[in-house]
Order: sequence, then structure tokens, then C-alpha cells
Amino acid sequence: MTIQNRDEFLNQIAKSLGRPVKTKVERPVWKHAPQLEVLKNASQDELVEVLKQQCQNIHTTFVQTDTANLPNVLQQVVTDFGGESVITWNDERFEKFGVKKLMEIWPETGIKVYEWNPDTPKENIRQAEQANIGITISEMTLAESATAMLCSHPKRGRAMNFLPQNMIVLIPKSTIVPRMTQAAQKIHQQIEKGQQLPSCILFMSGPSNSADIESVLIVGVHGPVNATYIVIEDQ
Amino acid sequence: MMAMKTSDEQFKERVEKNLNDSFMRGAISAAQARFQTRRQARVEELGNWEEWRAHGEEIRKHVLENLDAYLYELSENVEKRGGHVFFAKTKEEASDYIKNIATQKQAKKIVKSKSMVTEEINLNAELEEIGCKVVETDLAEFILQLNDHEPPSHIIVPSLHKNRRQIREIFAKAGYDKSEQPEEMALFARKTLRQEYLTADIGITGCNFAIAESGTVTLVTNEGNADLVSALPKTQIVVMGMERIVPTFEEMEVLVSLLTRSSVGQRLTSYVTLLTGPKGEYETDGPEEFHLVIVDNGRSKILGSEFQPILQCIRCAACVNVCPVYRHVGGHTYGSIYSGPIGAVLSPLLGGYEDFKELPYASSLCGACTEVCPVKIPLHQLLHLHRQKIVEQEGKAPISERLIMKAFGLGASSSPLFNVAAKVASPIMSPFARDDKITSGPGPLKAWTEVRDFPAPNKESFRHWMKQRQKGEKS
Ligand code: SF4
Repeated sequence: MTIQNRDEFLNQIAKSLGRPVKTKVERPVWKHAPQLEVLKNASQDELVEVLKQQCQNIHTTFVQTDTANLPNVLQQVVTDFGGESVITWNDERFEKFGVKKLMEIWPETGIKVYEWNPDTPKENIRQAEQANIGITISEMTLAESATAMLCSHPKRGRAMNFLPQNMIVLIPKSTIVPRMTQAAQKIHQQIEKGQQLPSCILFMSGPSNSADIESVLIVGVHGPVNATYIVIEDQ
Repeated sequence: MMAMKTSDEQFKERVEKNLNDSFMRGAISAAQARFQTRRQARVEELGNWEEWRAHGEEIRKHVLENLDAYLYELSENVEKRGGHVFFAKTKEEASDYIKNIATQKQAKKIVKSKSMVTEEINLNAELEEIGCKVVETDLAEFILQLNDHEPPSHIIVPSLHKNRRQIREIFAKAGYDKSEQPEEMALFARKTLRQEYLTADIGITGCNFAIAESGTVTLVTNEGNADLVSALPKTQIVVMGMERIVPTFEEMEVLVSLLTRSSVGQRLTSYVTLLTGPKGEYETDGPEEFHLVIVDNGRSKILGSEFQPILQCIRCAACVNVCPVYRHVGGHTYGSIYSGPIGAVLSPLLGGYEDFKELPYASSLCGACTEVCPVKIPLHQLLHLHRQKIVEQEGKAPISERLIMKAFGLGASSSPLFNVAAKVASPIMSPFARDDKITSGPGPLKAWTEVRDFPAPNKESFRHWMKQRQKGEKS
């Protein structure tokens, strides 16, 4: 861990600004805060509706279910994507949502299941690369942009959000907030409290895409080609 | 070839060449129209865009005024998380540091995601010189790299000037034998590049915004390549222009919203990725080693000068997408990696008047760029300031009246821009207008009026013209 050439570099900046070098500054109270106005008083149900609408713009399939019916819904989505192979992570929430059992019987029905494993780095990538479907859970969900927040963790790799062909994200309804503003506020507060951030926080809105060829939208470039969100009534 | 400079041809030759490329002009004109429509929709739905712009501006201004303090905080926090920080005064220092890492790691293959600042420091050529294979993974950059390292013509979509037939021909060089359907071609890029990420030794990315409070790097992307570039290789190097920094996650969020709406007309891009240091101890992917290279390369000279507002730029290209001159002549005419109004202001500052003195004249001074800029940079006024300084230095404007007229479609009566040119100019000129013509003016006007009697401004007719023109294109 090194920091090189800092003093000279910062001195030059201070010189250009015509004052002595500063290493500390208070963040001011901003005059404007338009971001707080977006979906300000929306209810949780209204936010779900916004999310659902936005899914159409980002080429993402939206499904909503209660916890009881989640296994059926998940089975259907996996079947629609062609089954084959699933990569996911070990997480007690799968148990809580009642889909752990379903995942356990998949191998018997010909669907391979792989759980990201902190002890087998190479195998994780190999499996993610071959997986037809990735299944994850959103930590925080932004209604405005239909965005799932996914955090890296020893049991939850980064590459599994990108390498599989299809993505399924489980979205507990309680995780839905108006927009990125609320997620940023929360993370900022965690930093202020001295908590360590995950090495990678990903805000993912639907499948990968590009408009680099004649500005025609192509869905599915380097990351997933299809995405389905399953919103779970968990409250 | 120099890093900023993309062409050794004279400005006049570039103008001629690009004006004759009708393929390119069609592609640009269509892309501009699409970008504008999408941006417009995303801006209007907010209902209080001016408030957003004002917030964007206050954040960027504050950061520039306190840049040393925020860079100090950033570097402390990157180090705390186990990352290395290198402050590079010049492009040579930056690329030498990165070459050193490559040598130490005995890196054979390096994957990259799109980054303008690495273009600026000429990184690819430098790395290739020491024997590394450098693979651009952004679709547009991949296209240009396959086409003998063609320079970018747009800061968001570097291959904007290419149509699908040309892209197919370029891909054929790499063994592609399928149709010119964009989806099919993208699939080819996907397959080809997958192997590259998996076997690369080093991943290099740019940085949209660094967050001082946590030492985090923000990447704003759609394709997913930047995430693979940063997740798979063992070593990650992030290169950032020194001004691309915000105090906390809260300001990052606001600027990302301004960026995605202004650049590609999306509420958010598919991926907004926040990377803090190397991977955690028990994580199995992500880099083991994390380097942040902070580049000055001429920026500190802009800081504290009258041109300081240009450092507010968040590289959204909204100004490029509304510019009638860019539409007319295309990105390559600017002869710089930064084109359009942002390029016309920035290139002479970073690269010097010697090479880029014509660029401030590549503008009708209609002010459309200033109006769309999400962080309220007074672009057309800065262009004016350049002209004034150039004339002061050289005693005259660097390009002739005839050429300006012809090059930028501002004069020839057959050009559809003629009527516009007859009506637009900078609003700051109006006080000196007499009989709808500006004959002479003091201060900032001198530069322009030396070139010709320029018609007095009328912004309304310009907007009207743009609307008409967009309608025409859609039908
Ligand atoms: S100058 Fe303004 S409009 Fe142009 S790229 Fe920069 S931020 Fe965007």
C-alpha cells in the first residue's frame, strides 16, 4: 500500500488555486436537493408499480408473487429460461422464502445447481461461465430505475452477475426505495459509522445492452442477455 | 502520434475529407437526433431539471475549489483499503507507472474498458511497445481497435461515425462471416471477448467519479465489460483525471443521475459499479491488487484560470449531441480525442494552441451546448474566450473567413445551415448588434468580428430550426 507523489501534486493544485494546501474540508450544506423530490411520498405499492413500469423500458420481465407461491413462480421462470444449469449463492434468505427445497430437487429434474464457494475460486468462475441462469437477491431496490443492488461477499461473487446468460433477481418488496438517493444516503451513513463497505457494490438495471452500432439498442452484450425480477410480498 | 492529437493532417485537410464522407455524416446526423430525443424525455419527466443542473453545478464548483483536500481524503481511504495510489503530473509519469506494473507482473494480456483519459495518456501504444497485448472490450472501442486503432469520434460512442456495413467489414478482418445485424455482430464481440477477460493478467478501467469519503471508484456502463475487466484479472488499474471526484456517495448519486440522463437518456445505465480497494480477504473474485492512477496532465494549469469551469465536465457528451457544427463535420475533424464543444474548449487547454487553435472556431456560437450542459458550463463563452486569446497571441484569427463558412456550413447559400448561421451567434453579442449585424465589438467580440461581420443572434430561430430538422429526420 503506497501513496506516491502526493505532496508535490497537491501543492501544485493549491498554487493554481492561489492559497495554501488544504487536506481537510467540510462538505457544505447544499442549496439544492432536487433528488429528494422524486417519488417523495409514494407508498410501497406505488413504488412497486413504478418498478413494474420501468421494467418495460429496460427489457426486464417483471413478476410479482406472495411468499407462498414463490416456489411455483421461480420454477416457471427457470423453466422458461430453459432450465439446464443454475448458479446461485448460499444464503439463508432462500430458506426463509421457501425456495431452498426447490433448489435441492432441481438436480433430480436435470437442472444442475452450483453454489458460489469461497474455497474454490477457479471452479466458481468456470461454473458461472457455463451457467444458463444466475439467481440472486437484491439488497436494496430502486423503483425509479428498476435497479437491484448486489454486494460482493465471500459467498457471493462479482462475476456471477455477469457471466450467466440469464439473470433472475429476487426482490423482497420491503427492499424497494424510491431511487438511488436513498441507497446512497444509507451507504453514506454506514461509512460515517465506520463500517467497512463491500469491495464491490453493483447497481444493476436489467440485462446488459449497447447502442454502439448505429445507435440501435442491442440487448445482451458482455453481461446477461435476459433478466427477470421476482418481487416478493414479504411484509 | 501525440496522445491528444488524433491526426497529423492539417485542419483544412481534415475538414475537406470529412465533409466528403457522406456515410459518416448520415450516421452522425441520425445518432444526434436519437440522443437528443432520448435525453429530452428523461429530462422532462423530472419536471425540475434546472434545479438538478443547479445542484450539479454547485457540487462540481465546490469540489474544484477544494480539490486538494478531496484528493487527499480519497488517497488516504484507498490506502486504508489496501490499494495503491499514484499521482501522475504528466502523461509520461502515468504511463510509466502502469508500464512498470505490467513489467513486474510479466503481463502478456491486458483487458481495458473505455476510458478517455487512457487515450489522453496514449496508454495502449505505450503498453504495446513493451510487448503487451491490449484488448479494448467496449463494443465501440473493440470496433475501432480492429480497424487499425482508428481514433474515437465521440466521447460516449467512439465509433459513432461507422455504419453497420462498415462495422461488418471491420469484423470480417477478425474472422466474422455473418450478417450486418447489430445483434449478431454484438454476439460475435461477446464470444470473442469472453476468452480475453478470462485469460488477461491486468484489467484497466477509467473512473466516472471517485468518492473521497470511502476511496471508492464509480463506473457507469451499459455493456457489462467494465465489470468483467475489474472482476477477473488479478491486478486492476484505475486511471482517473484528477478532477473526477465527489465528496460522498450522496453527491456521486446526483452526478450519476445527471450523467446517465444527459448522455444516453436513461434513468440509470444497466450498471453503476462501486469498487473499493482490492477484493476482500475471503472473496474469490475481484483483483488482488488495486492501483489508482490520478492524472494531472495539464489540468492544474486550467484550475484557477478563467477556464476553470471546463473542469466541471462530467463527460456526458450532451453538448456534442446538440452541436450543429459537430453534426456537419463529424468528430474526426477536431483532430483530438475530445470533439464537439467540450473538445473545442478542452483540447487547446490540454494540448496547446499550437495544435488546436482552429477548434474554438468550430462553433456557430449558438449556445445550444451551454443550454444542455448538466453542470452548467458556459461552453460558448469559453469558446469566445479562446478566440480572444488566440487573436491576442497571433494577431489574427487562424482560419480564413471562406474556410469557416465552408467548413461549418455557416455560409454557402446552398447549405441548410445558411439561414441558421444568418440568425445565430452568441447571446453575449447582442448588445453590439446594429441592423442585425455585428460590425465590430470590443473584448470578446474582437476575435470573431475580425473574421467577418457576423449576423446578430436569435436563439429562437435556431431552436425552431433544430426542431424542424429533427422532425424531418424522423419521418
Ligand atoms: S461540457 Fe457539459 S454537456 Fe459537454 S460533455 Fe461536459 S458535462 Fe456534458
